[in-house]
Amino acid sequence: MNRLIASVAVGLFFVLSALAAFVSGAYTAITEPAAETVEHAFHKTPKELHLASDGPFGRFDKQQLQRGFQVYSEVCSACHSLKYVAFRDLEQLGYNEAEVKAIAASKQVPGVDPNTGEANTRPGLPTDYFPSPYPNDIAARAANNNAVPPDLSLMAKARHEGPAYVYSLLTGFTSQPKALLERFPDAKTPEGLHYNPYFANLNLAMAPPLTDGQVTFADGSPNTVDAMSKDLAAFLVWTAEPSLDKRKQTGWPVLGFLLFATVLSYLAYRNIWAEKKAKH
Amino acid sequence: MSFPWANHYTPSHPVMKWMDEKLPLPRLVYNAVGAGYPVPRNLNYMWNFGVLAGFCLMLQIVTGVILAMHYAANAGVAFASTEHIMRDVNWGWMLRYAHANGASAFFVVVYLHIFRGFYFGSYKAPREMIWLLGVVIFLLMMATAFMGYVLPWGQMSFWGAKVITGLFGAIPVVGEPIQQWLLGGFAPDNAALNRFFSLHFLLPFVIAGVVVLHIWALHIPGSSNPTGVEVKSESDTVPFHPYYTAKDGFGLGVFLLIYCAFLFFMPNQLGHPDNYIPANPLSTPAHIVPEWYFWPFYAILRAFTFDIFFIPAKLMGVLAMFAAILVWFFLPWLDNSPVRSGHYRPMFKKFFWFGLIPTMAVLFYCGGAPAEEPYVMLSQIATAYYFLHFLVVLPLVALMEKPKPLPFSITEAVLGSDDEAKLAAKS
Repeated sequence: MNRLIASVAVGLFFVLSALAAFVSGAYTAITEPAAETVEHAFHKTPKELHLASDGPFGRFDKQQLQRGFQVYSEVCSACHSLKYVAFRDLEQLGYNEAEVKAIAASKQVPGVDPNTGEANTRPGLPTDYFPSPYPNDIAARAANNNAVPPDLSLMAKARHEGPAYVYSLLTGFTSQPKALLERFPDAKTPEGLHYNPYFANLNLAMAPPLTDGQVTFADGSPNTVDAMSKDLAAFLVWTAEPSLDKRKQTGWPVLGFLLFATVLSYLAYRNIWAEKKAKH
Repeated sequence: MSFPWANHYTPSHPVMKWMDEKLPLPRLVYNAVGAGYPVPRNLNYMWNFGVLAGFCLMLQIVTGVILAMHYAANAGVAFASTEHIMRDVNWGWMLRYAHANGASAFFVVVYLHIFRGFYFGSYKAPREMIWLLGVVIFLLMMATAFMGYVLPWGQMSFWGAKVITGLFGAIPVVGEPIQQWLLGGFAPDNAALNRFFSLHFLLPFVIAGVVVLHIWALHIPGSSNPTGVEVKSESDTVPFHPYYTAKDGFGLGVFLLIYCAFLFFMPNQLGHPDNYIPANPLSTPAHIVPEWYFWPFYAILRAFTFDIFFIPAKLMGVLAMFAAILVWFFLPWLDNSPVRSGHYRPMFKKFFWFGLIPTMAVLFYCGGAPAEEPYVMLSQIATAYYFLHFLVVLPLVALMEKPKPLPFSITEAVLGSDDEAKLAAKS
């Protein structure tokens, strides 16, 4: 009996504490309803984006990855690093060894003068990683209105619906909606920032980076902002996970084997238990 | 201990005879998980999860040891070394995804194992010690999983470490010194990362040790079963091998199919995108959430937003979160009903399916949601019921309930009659 009283007493302590918190929370919610925030009202979830690499059977479209790489090289790389990707990885996009060497050699990477030991730069080798556009974060901040342009290697995995987010952000720059300024007069986009409803706090330091026709593709593919953004999103899916194709290719035989083994083990189980099961 | 009719180990091969004299390890295996361990014949699929949990532990140890060969526990390079594993180590991506999703799989099977125990009263005498050791294993798993999640040193790693060690900061007077002592500094940094790595490597072996005790304690009374009626005669049992090795083999196949579907086709589904951003002490993520398997307890932690007399809300949340797990230790003495299985307990069954299970679902959902209304209010109601269930409902139901009649024996439950054992009982 003592045990029962003790457990009920402890139980009621927690129950009543939780209910007290509930009552005070409910009272606050009624008397001071949480003010609507501009982010909550105007932030948009990413647009739909379909890529060749989507789904369990999806594979990279290497032509598209090459176009995306070209967009990165000619536009994004001015401010954004890609530090986890090495030039040698580009062979996966369908470039041959000579092409990879040429791409690497076209970039200057940090080096050391073999005679004086002083820091200098040298042409890249296939084993080098993509060089960063800024020597450090302070330099990056100074050049970009106090915002550090994030590394893009993992961007497609580092945001919810990453690839669609990249595509939506690049195509989502617009002027602030009238309704927004009417409801939230204080939320005018500050000087030097740019309104984009796909960005978490609606205003980002990056100016719209792409314009129609900015990059010319060798295969004559469309080079609208929309098309280039899709190509870049596809490329960033690859940089975030170069082993994506291999992962899915490995997965199917593994699942096939497991299915076979599971069916066999089910039959073995039924066979072994046949005598012990109730006969109806 | 075992039942008198258990098969005896009789090696026939000279090598096995020689081995049995020098080191009877095969005998131990034979008696523990072989033909020498009689098990109730009526176990349903819910009894598969103990074996699966053991499999997950081994999987985590094997993948983890190999990952540790490539990982560098230094705040400067930990994130990059994780990416090195993903990109440059042969099959490194598979190892890491196997380990990350293996943690989730481990918690899935362990939660099912625990809830099997809740429903079928597996914690009741004479199996209290098995249950207590099981709760210890669960606590160790939580600590191990938490520290493992810190190792990639992404944003959620860092902020998760900060929030969880911050819980100790809620303790009056000594809280802050304890927090600094745990972290080796004022905030998570290299000292914290190093010790978390060391402990993350150590604790799985401690878990393995407690698992041995858990199974040892299990072999004293033998396995429970869905009727909750204890074994009476030989016809109630079957030898573990081949009967349950075959059934567990099938269960393992189904488990691996689901696990590999995640591993190869949606390996990041259960993770958080923010952990692919390197740790940055100067930038707080908008919503700090732990991994999914902590959500119910995280919801309880955040449910307390109101000071109770002299107890600040934060401390109350910490107390409640720890109490929510510690209450499991007292379960064998809270639920005094002599009937084990929920099948034969009409009132208990209603509170289980319409009380505890929806409560856990709400807590789970709210723990993963941002700390705003209506999620906080929902988790407050659910938290109230959680404590009501374990500390008030279970003891009272045990007093008031009229259980349904139990079958005479396991054999009767399976075959409809057990005349032999009934005759033996009369004479």
